Amino acid sequence: MKKIMSLLAVSLFVFSCTKKTNDNEIVIGSYSSNTGATATFGVYQLRGIEMAVEEINAKGGINGKKIKHINYDNKSDSDETLAVVNRLISQDKVVAIIGEATSGRSKIGASVAQQHKVPMLSSSATNPDVTKVGNYIFRACFIDPFQGYVMAKFMTENLKLKKAAIMRDTKNDYSVGLSDIFAEKLKGMGGEIVTDVAYQEGDIDFKSQLTAIKAKGVDAIFIPGYYNEVALVAKQAKELGIKAPLLGGDGWSSPKLYEIAKDAINGNYFSNHYTTESTDPKTVEFVKSFKAKFNEVPDVMAALAYDATYMMAEAIGKTKEITSENIREELAKIKDFHGVTGKMSMDANRDAVKSAVVVQVEGENYKYVTSVNP
Amino acid sequence: MQEFLQHTLNGLSFGSIYALVALGYTMVYGILGMINFAHSEIYMMGAFSCYYIARFLKIDTPDPLHFSIGVLAAALCAGAIGFLVEKFAYKPLRNSPKMNILITAIGVSILFQFGGQIIFGADPKSFPSLIEDKNLFDIFESPFHLTDLLIYLVSFISLAGLSFIIYKTQTGRAMRAVSTRPDMTPLMGINNNKIISATFMIGSALAGIAAVLVSIKYPKIDPMMGVKIGTSSFVAAVFGGIGSLHGAVLGGFLLGLGEYYLVGYGASTYKDALSFIILILILLYKPTGLFGSTRKEKI
Repeated sequence: MKKIMSLLAVSLFVFSCTKKTNDNEIVIGSYSSNTGATATFGVYQLRGIEMAVEEINAKGGINGKKIKHINYDNKSDSDETLAVVNRLISQDKVVAIIGEATSGRSKIGASVAQQHKVPMLSSSATNPDVTKVGNYIFRACFIDPFQGYVMAKFMTENLKLKKAAIMRDTKNDYSVGLSDIFAEKLKGMGGEIVTDVAYQEGDIDFKSQLTAIKAKGVDAIFIPGYYNEVALVAKQAKELGIKAPLLGGDGWSSPKLYEIAKDAINGNYFSNHYTTESTDPKTVEFVKSFKAKFNEVPDVMAALAYDATYMMAEAIGKTKEITSENIREELAKIKDFHGVTGKMSMDANRDAVKSAVVVQVEGENYKYVTSVNP
Repeated sequence: MQEFLQHTLNGLSFGSIYALVALGYTMVYGILGMINFAHSEIYMMGAFSCYYIARFLKIDTPDPLHFSIGVLAAALCAGAIGFLVEKFAYKPLRNSPKMNILITAIGVSILFQFGGQIIFGADPKSFPSLIEDKNLFDIFESPFHLTDLLIYLVSFISLAGLSFIIYKTQTGRAMRAVSTRPDMTPLMGINNNKIISATFMIGSALAGIAAVLVSIKYPKIDPMMGVKIGTSSFVAAVFGGIGSLHGAVLGGFLLGLGEYYLVGYGASTYKDALSFIILILILLYKPTGLFGSTRKEKI
């Protein structure tokens, strides 16, 4: 192991010294979880990126230069993420990186990108810490505090409910971040956290947590996890006769949610980055061409990745000379970028500022309920 | 009271699953003195074979007949896989040191986990609901579901069937004989290899049955699904005294209840820690477990 590590270190050193750019094409890298626990995130993310790259290249590329896109699958695994981001930077010599859908792995990728000073734009990592890794790390989505705030506000103002229970995935940065902020904001709005229980990714049984929640009598259950576990939680909550609505974040967004939970998930709410019901011509066009291509409604990961790719292209287009440093500077200056998920600007923390929507699950579709502005 | 009752019901229902899987560990240990670490993967393969058979035969709709076919198919496939694993991985090592066979078992387990990820794909699949789940009745306002009833029922039938085989049939007697004196049994006209194969098949079939029951209740299956349940069941088997049949069953129930009480009454973060704490304590203070002893009829 030690041998491999030192070999890796040496090769990294050699490669990072011999950085060069091809004149005719711009190499952009991405990494996504195409297989593994959060596979649908990665698959949709990749579809979004590839669709955008194809469109940009079809229109003549960026200032006449075609984009060459290289993607690696990190198998929903942290160690693998480290390896593939290293490979993108040292072997493929990408000028910029797009990735990942989840916060935990984006943070791992970010540490590598920052170390090598390659700008990374995460499409949907919402944990605040991700962009705190360094000045080369950006995101094309809002952050957890905002999602926690949106759901707390939605619960107290729209649903007019006060007592909430939290179910958090203790090993997951995203889930913990959202839970903490939700608790803090809800208390500020006159609500109350009755109980706060934990589970872990990969668990299949949540009945003991749900039974404890049921006994406490709550108005709503906030469960900011990923679709796999949320689907099973919804199913078991229904079995136990729990009537309180489930609330969550964008981690719910996946076709698997309904596939696993069936009717049990219907009627529950989560905050999301965009809605396919939007009347913005840009969004309508995107939904239409995505449907034509993949015969499916684009989920939010695809939309965000699509926006991230265009945002990256815009930043690259503005640079005089394509270097990682210049791209970084242009990314930081992005203002009123009009994407399919709405208008966004980069703030001083390199986080996109944009509004969120709350949607209600209705079978495979998500019904638009309300928008919450920053 | 109502909450306690609900935790108890949940715990017993999951405990019976642990018991079914734990029996596989304990049976193989009893007869070969080895821990079959690939058992949790046979469990996983049971779920996947049922999934594919249900899709292939188009019986993925709720129907009692479909459920019975699914359970039987999983039991048969898991049994067959158990047989093959024993034949190709363990039998050639019958006379090598115990350590070799143990490491082979770990290797087989990894082969199935990652082979499964290549063949089935690593993303979780939605298991078809082979039986319509409805609320049968409420006990003190705690709902009691059809799937829970089925879990109890099928587990009970399997356990009864198992004890019938072991204590009332010729094969069962031979199994008990092989587990006590494998060197003597050939003299009595018993074919050790056949008996060992039979043990593997029965233990694997139980795991297959457990996998279908779990997958119907928690309809998400993936190639790594056996890992957690396998570890807990293994601990249940050690807790009950590895090698002892009723020990495994009792260990399964106690562990199931323990986990539910622990999570239900506050310490939800430590759910998985419980099984390991039990394992450590058992190994430290009572290595033979609740029922295991150095001189007990083992299988």
